[in-house]
Amino acid sequence: MSTATLNVTTVKADFPLLGREVNGHPIVYLDSGATSQKPRQVLDALDRYYEEINANIHRGAYLIAEKATTAVEDSRAALAGFVGASAAEEIVFTKNATESINLVAHSWGRTNLSEGDVILLTTLEHHANIVPWQQLAAERGVVIRWIPLDDDGRLDLTDLDQLLDGVRLVAVSAASNVLGTLPPVRRIADAAHAVGALCLVDASQWVPHYPTNVADWDCDFMVFTGHKMCGPTGIGLLWGRRHLLDAMPPFMGGGSMIQNVTFEGFTPADVPTRFEAGTQPIAEIVGLRAAVDYLNAIGMEAIRQHELDLTAYAMRTLTERFGDDLAIHGPHDLENRGGTLSLAYRGIHPHDLSQVLDQHGICVRAGHHCAKPLMKVLGVNATARASLYLYNDESDVDALADGLAAAGDFFAF
Amino acid sequence: MAGLEDLYREVILDHYRSPRNRGELETPPAIMAEGFNPLCGDEIQVYLLVEDGVIAEIRIGGQGCSISQSSASMMSAAVLGRTPDGAREVLRSFKEMMSIHEHGLDGEPISTDDQPGASGLGDLEALRGVVKFPVRIKCATLGWNTLDQVLDQTGT
Repeated sequence: MSTATLNVTTVKADFPLLGREVNGHPIVYLDSGATSQKPRQVLDALDRYYEEINANIHRGAYLIAEKATTAVEDSRAALAGFVGASAAEEIVFTKNATESINLVAHSWGRTNLSEGDVILLTTLEHHANIVPWQQLAAERGVVIRWIPLDDDGRLDLTDLDQLLDGVRLVAVSAASNVLGTLPPVRRIADAAHAVGALCLVDASQWVPHYPTNVADWDCDFMVFTGHKMCGPTGIGLLWGRRHLLDAMPPFMGGGSMIQNVTFEGFTPADVPTRFEAGTQPIAEIVGLRAAVDYLNAIGMEAIRQHELDLTAYAMRTLTERFGDDLAIHGPHDLENRGGTLSLAYRGIHPHDLSQVLDQHGICVRAGHHCAKPLMKVLGVNATARASLYLYNDESDVDALADGLAAAGDFFAF
Repeated sequence: MAGLEDLYREVILDHYRSPRNRGELETPPAIMAEGFNPLCGDEIQVYLLVEDGVIAEIRIGGQGCSISQSSASMMSAAVLGRTPDGAREVLRSFKEMMSIHEHGLDGEPISTDDQPGASGLGDLEALRGVVKFPVRIKCATLGWNTLDQVLDQTGT
């Protein structure tokens, strides 16, 4: 395991956008939970693709078409390695994590689930890991059950055995996009398997920040999106166990995903091509590979340690500076949380808070974070969320604290 | 650059601190509509009691940011005592003020700024600055869109 530490000054300099000003202040970007910024290395890869090898893949027998095809398949292999998949064929390119979950819900779900079957979700889930299952429930009479939260914003697994009765699939986030909670994925996957259920992991908020290994999780499906891990928008991933993917029908029909088409019908292609209908976002696939190379060069272990240290600094700074005026939702012990900090400050509405912060060049997210069921449990309509990443440093946290103080002065009543 | 004082005028903050006509009305005889801002999770309820052809009582419920709350508070004061058609007239003027400015977002000077009071909206003019913050227009119009829905229930 790499013991290298991350040099945040060097890292920051790799991200052109982080050099700009906003409203007369150097930008302080604290919304990587929504999307990350992109390093020069990824932007250059996109340019190089279009300038040097742009051609459609798996078609032309000419040089640049071969090079484009190779670039896509090399990216698939690099991503397989990045998440500990045993074969590149287990990696399916999609538009984003949302599409990946919809793919599983449509293809696996509609083939295997029927009335009365149970899907177990958690209270932490993003709408992306709720609504596709609710659509399936409405269509097929599948029942949805929820793992509750404890008072600290961790999953309450006390009644997990009872909750698993009749369950065919457990779908859980590896990291909460609101509370930063890190659920015990392996334990949940083991419990699911013990009752013959499968386990899908939404790793959108995990993969950018931690070393990922699907074999360690022993899950059956894993999804994530590229744009939160320094990659371009419009490219996401589904990883699935090969024998599961092999047994699944296509999700979308069209070009590329077939072996043969006749007047009478079609024969689908093998995985992963079966699930990649139409021209793929080739440049984005190439760009995502550049993001993987970038993150690997720094080291995911070094990134994890940097964010752990910075999260500790942020929680200490905010608590010392604002005391009871400020609440950080979710777990406070660093073993159970990542660098996603949902804040409540002096009763100031998150929208107003983020407006004042914006005047200081500080970007945070205000809203329900596409997790309205969780908001209901927290008893709020919205939170202001600061989310940390590899390019953030203590000066960003200090700027946030100064911005909060300014907002407090402005709305002091 | 639009500053915070363009957005958070004193009269807005006053309505936020001390919202007018806050609460609920019993339904029936009152009627109610509920509005949501799906972007931020804000929600609002507008209760109307129409008696003898005029809005005899109005109450605003729900939670939201300073802009959505103060806009709804000012709205309640502006339409109380009006007929449903009179309330629709105010609604139309207010939404025009919001949309005129939407066209001015490309940095063009906003001509109506030179004519304070031209819309006859009184205190509501204070919300003019919201349009320099496009994301917040939906906050300012949430209560009004909900009023529009509840007015549809009056059957007039």
